[in-house]
Amino acid sequence: MSLSNKHLLGLQNVPKEDIQLILDTARTFREVLERPIKKVPTLQGKTIVNLFYENSTRTRISFELAQKRLSADTINFSTSTSSAKKGETFKDTVRNIEAMKVDMIVVRHQSAGVPQYLTRISNANIINAGDGLHEHPTQGLLDMYSIHERLGKLEGLNICIVGDIAHSRVALSNIFGLKTMGANVSVCGPATMIPLGIESLGIKIFSNVDDAIAKNDVLNVLRIQLERNAGTRIPSLREYHKYFGITSERIEKNNKEIVILHPGPINRGVELSSEVADGPYQVILDQVTNGVAVRMAVLYLLGTMH
Amino acid sequence: MKIILKQVTLLNPEQKLNEKNDLLIVDGIIKKIGNVKEEDFKESKIFEFENKICSPGFFDMHVHFREPGREDEETIESGSNAAAAGGFTGVACMPNTNPDIDSAEIVRFIKEKAKNHLVDVYPVGAATLARKGEALSPMYELFEAGAVAFSDDGVAIKNSGVLRNALEYSRHFGTPIIEHCEDESFSDGAMNEGLTSTMLGLQGIPNVAEDLIVMRDIIMSEFIGGKIHIAHISTKGAVEMVRQAKKRGAKVTAETTPHHFTLTDDSVKTYDTNYKMSPPLRSSEDVAAIIEGLSDGTIDCIASDHAPHAIEEKEMEFIFAPNGILGLETQLGLVLSELFHKKHLTLPQVVEKLAVNPRKILNIRIPDIKEGDAANLTIFDPNLIWTVDVSKFKSKAKNSPFDKRLMNGKAVAVINNSCMFFEDKFFSI
Ligand SMILES: [Zn+2]
Repeated sequence: MSLSNKHLLGLQNVPKEDIQLILDTARTFREVLERPIKKVPTLQGKTIVNLFYENSTRTRISFELAQKRLSADTINFSTSTSSAKKGETFKDTVRNIEAMKVDMIVVRHQSAGVPQYLTRISNANIINAGDGLHEHPTQGLLDMYSIHERLGKLEGLNICIVGDIAHSRVALSNIFGLKTMGANVSVCGPATMIPLGIESLGIKIFSNVDDAIAKNDVLNVLRIQLERNAGTRIPSLREYHKYFGITSERIEKNNKEIVILHPGPINRGVELSSEVADGPYQVILDQVTNGVAVRMAVLYLLGTMH
Repeated sequence: MKIILKQVTLLNPEQKLNEKNDLLIVDGIIKKIGNVKEEDFKESKIFEFENKICSPGFFDMHVHFREPGREDEETIESGSNAAAAGGFTGVACMPNTNPDIDSAEIVRFIKEKAKNHLVDVYPVGAATLARKGEALSPMYELFEAGAVAFSDDGVAIKNSGVLRNALEYSRHFGTPIIEHCEDESFSDGAMNEGLTSTMLGLQGIPNVAEDLIVMRDIIMSEFIGGKIHIAHISTKGAVEMVRQAKKRGAKVTAETTPHHFTLTDDSVKTYDTNYKMSPPLRSSEDVAAIIEGLSDGTIDCIASDHAPHAIEEKEMEFIFAPNGILGLETQLGLVLSELFHKKHLTLPQVVEKLAVNPRKILNIRIPDIKEGDAANLTIFDPNLIWTVDVSKFKSKAKNSPFDKRLMNGKAVAVINNSCMFFEDKFFSI
């Protein structure tokens, strides 16, 4: 069994069989992570570059750990886009890295489309670790893995993504991936944070967070990112919390069975109350562990493709 | 020198001229139409132009030549060469150079650089100093030096009070204010706002960003009585507002670009920065409205918004890449392929949109095809099938989304200022 594409640019148009294969493979690696010696020699001799144009310690560490567990050689290239803009062009940087004979590039960039562009100028396998407001496919995959781990299935589940949908790459990857796997996906958030035309993808919109809690099996709660201009689209974090924050009271009142995901880092007291963030409904730390397993699966499947 | 264009179809709706005839041109002056005698053939260069159309020279009223400032991207000379190759004998160049065209000195500099070329270059002056939207540029001086219109192109005139003053002041010399209609509060987007921008994860620029400024400008123009020209109109709503304003008799004119009647925001899907422009490519509904506006006369003319960019600047991450694409050398091909052959415009309408109306808007005399007049002509073949090859462009830049595109219709020759461009060569006539 192998994947149908040599890159992972997003979850849009990734067939169900591929997603299933990644999730199944991740399950194997998840077991490896429980062993005393957490390392397998699968990608020995492969060179992987983590090309991070945007600060994201968590995602980078998760990828790096996954690479180390697979015995790959890892190189980190991190820079902020602003400094990169002044110096060497993106294309030159990539050409230089390519010249060092790398097998895979894991890329995080502020601009949507950069992973796709990379496939045109590089022969390496490209893995998107988040591009602009577009996609973050490994996050989508680890979310699916974590939901499946908790509830035993994805098909037929009602899953709502809560927060700034319009400015989230996590949202799109979740939407594409979960729909492919047969879940019913909805979104909930202030109207200024719901992207135009989302209904035409078959996505239900909840404008009231109590309804969203009551009518769903899972909430994937996104981080409110002030650095993404959220400040102009909501009056204040306080008001956001009051009307859209997930609190224990809301859960107790509406649906005690709900499962809460969050891609991290959490703004406590904004999108989640501390009680929820540490409470019995959430799977947030499982997501982090699963993230390593899912990334190992993606790296392994792409790295051993012929 | 004597040249004869044999059996060419002379087409000029302004003169109600539409006939097949011979044209004798001596030292750049039209000496005889029809009835060319045996003796005229002696010592003359003969061009067999049967099945080709000869109209007044085409005029592109919206180009960006990068001189002064970015001569690596385009000079007045390379841009003029591109214009001639595309079938144009005249252009109006926008003021967002470096420095901006906001002093008589720069207007004169451009006129001087453009001298002795087949293509006439008419500078558009900045409406405000450094196009900042604050203080008026020395409009009277710019006009006297040769500016034919005023614009802060790249952006709309930022402040409505300043727009009012620019409109009032320019009434002294009857020049239009050309507006790049975009409300700045929406301008951090990278493409049209819609389902496609959502799916691509790119910040969108909604149609209303254009519509709001078009509305403001029409209201202001009707209030002041000054002439407003809407540059590169791209939305259904804006077309409808211009249509209604014209019915009321407002002094409003509009242009659109070949890419806005040919492409939709769907093209952005590959994240190719050659599809990034301002205004952005819109929806198919907008494209249909633009084509309708062209057919019914709401949109007066077609202009390329020719915007050369260095390769390394365009080959950038999508959100960082600059806006704009080349247009001069693909414009006629697209007009004929997309509008004439698809029966949205007749050939006389094509000539109106490309030769007659832009000059009317800018108060530039429309060249007649008549004996005794200087020859300012475009000869084109509406049925010539060709493939775009950017590597052969006269323009210094290569940023065109139309490379390798099959076109039906092309300019064959242009004549102006006693000079002819034919088969890739300039020569005196
Ligand atoms: Zn413009």
